[in-house]
Amino acid sequence: MPSGPTSAPTPATEAGAVSARKAGRRFDPHRFGPVVGLVLLLIVGTALNPDFATWDNMMNVLTRTAFIGIISIGMCFVIISGGIDLSVGSMAALIAGGMILLMNALAGSVGSPVVVVALGMLFALLLGGGFGLAHGYLITRGRIEPFIVTLGTLGIFRAVLTWLADGGAITLDNDLSDAYGPVYYGSLLGIPVPVWVFLAVSVAGAVLLNRTAFGRYVQAIGSNEQVARFAAVDVDRVKLLTYGLLGVCVGIATVLYVPRLGSASPTTGLLWELEAIAAVIVGGTSFKGGEGRIAGTVIGAVLLSVISNILNLTSIISVYLNAAVQGCVIIAVAFLQRRRP
Amino acid sequence: MSEVARYTRRMVLGTGLAMAATVALGAGLGGVAFAADTVKLGVSIPAATHGFTGGIVWWANQAKAELEKAHPNLKITVKTASGAPEQANQLQDLVTVTKIDSLVIFPFESAALTQPVLQAKKKNVYVTVVDRGLTDPSAQDAYIAGDNTAFGRIPAEYIAKKYNGKANIVALRGIPTTLDNERWEAFTGVLKQYPDIKILDGKYANWNRDDAFKVTQDFLTRFKDIDVVWAADDDMAFGVLKAIEQAKRTDIKEVFGGAGSKTMVKTILDGSNPLIHADVSYSPKFIYDAIKMTAEARLKGDKLPATYIIPSSLITKENAKEFYFPDSPY
Repeated sequence: MPSGPTSAPTPATEAGAVSARKAGRRFDPHRFGPVVGLVLLLIVGTALNPDFATWDNMMNVLTRTAFIGIISIGMCFVIISGGIDLSVGSMAALIAGGMILLMNALAGSVGSPVVVVALGMLFALLLGGGFGLAHGYLITRGRIEPFIVTLGTLGIFRAVLTWLADGGAITLDNDLSDAYGPVYYGSLLGIPVPVWVFLAVSVAGAVLLNRTAFGRYVQAIGSNEQVARFAAVDVDRVKLLTYGLLGVCVGIATVLYVPRLGSASPTTGLLWELEAIAAVIVGGTSFKGGEGRIAGTVIGAVLLSVISNILNLTSIISVYLNAAVQGCVIIAVAFLQRRRP
Repeated sequence: MSEVARYTRRMVLGTGLAMAATVALGAGLGGVAFAADTVKLGVSIPAATHGFTGGIVWWANQAKAELEKAHPNLKITVKTASGAPEQANQLQDLVTVTKIDSLVIFPFESAALTQPVLQAKKKNVYVTVVDRGLTDPSAQDAYIAGDNTAFGRIPAEYIAKKYNGKANIVALRGIPTTLDNERWEAFTGVLKQYPDIKILDGKYANWNRDDAFKVTQDFLTRFKDIDVVWAADDDMAFGVLKAIEQAKRTDIKEVFGGAGSKTMVKTILDGSNPLIHADVSYSPKFIYDAIKMTAEARLKGDKLPATYIIPSSLITKENAKEFYFPDSPY
């Protein structure tokens, strides 16, 4: 046991180390790895096909990134807290199917299609939040590993959708589709609605993570759950809320997704979970939890869709190798933003 | 005393079982040679995971309902599997527990299911293989499939004729498989004869609406003058149409899907989309035909032809009615 005098300088040394680390991180080039990767990709894309740099193409890419991007923001919180959610793709599919069925059913009794769509959107958000809280509840109170809980619901959600759809597709009625269309296809000041929503969710996520007590608790739990518990953080409640938050994010993404095709099928949202997790990790969040960045996550999500966009705009590489190119870029960017040992 | 009694009882029971088995076996063997009194038909198909397999499951159950009603001495057991190993296990159960004498199987994978099917055939089960051929054709008695070459050839001939041998085409492909390659080679093979028809590019969109939407958006960014999009699947055509609508492009004259799904046939029938004029049939109904043909042949004691290709045909407004099944999920 160290005696009083030896332990006395410790707080000072620790504080010094922390501030030094903080200062070091501010100028850490690795922090900008995802940005560097994205800029390089943009240059390559423009060189390969001048149409790449057009406003329309950029908006196309950002709009289709919105779903994964919004889910990634929620996923970022879950991963920082040391958890994982594998079910988001299936959850999105089931929410999409559920909200379409509800809206089709309401269309008969509620006159205005706009009201029906608004009710459908509300339902999607509630359903998402509910699914997320159910995950959180099973994980915190049920003491089941998040990997197992969400692997289970991954199967459950998709199977229920397939059953509801009878193996086919659930399609939104035409009138509703027309009323709902602008949510995906409309734009404000030349920027598509989903991009605005993506932006708003990102800013809200960044504020929540970096400027609130909740955000600090999430990071504290991820770096050391025991210590957080001793520091009187209500660990279970915070964890429950991160899964609920992710569920709401999936709900928002689905609200934007449904008007695009107006249908949900068993292939809806397939492998979104891996894309969302990849976006978070490529963006510089530690898979072990404790530390992460919303801005990095956004860039990670955009980067992933830019790769496939460039591959579609060119035909220099055999289509059989598309996935290999994606894999190489992901690993390269992860290397750029690697942590110092 | 009681020990002996129990032993005797077991002996009697055992002998009885053995005799019953012999009788059953005799009946089973008889079924192979002559017209059978009863036919126990097993149907093993993939589970409904997307539109097309959803249609397969629906048509299989449709065949079961109709045929069992028409033939009281026919018993059909339908099993769906979500992967090759599960299908192999189900096959064993069908043979040993359900004791089927005929089998209609839509194999998940050719190679993985060849051995399990061969084992069933060795137990005197009559085997009809549907859609995907086995690697060892001796494991099957009959092979019934849709025409994948025609699936690619028919749209190519249609486009060449309609646009007088001059058109710019972009194409979507499914998932890298031999099935997709057959269709693609048939399509490009026909169009090679027309020097003024250009296939600008073909990319995989995984038979998925969302991927088709994205790939088409990028095609539209990349190519300013497109006449026809060969979507090669009705689900993918759905995503293609949405992307074209969003880009407000007017140069595209036609989108050609494939398979003849309910909604697509209805669109052709009603003429409700100016970009949709025709389709090619590749209906999941072939499972229905396969079950019907096998059951009826077995009831009569006949054999099926070794290979039977269900022809694909061009669907246009004139004949669309024949391909419209409003109750099917696909």
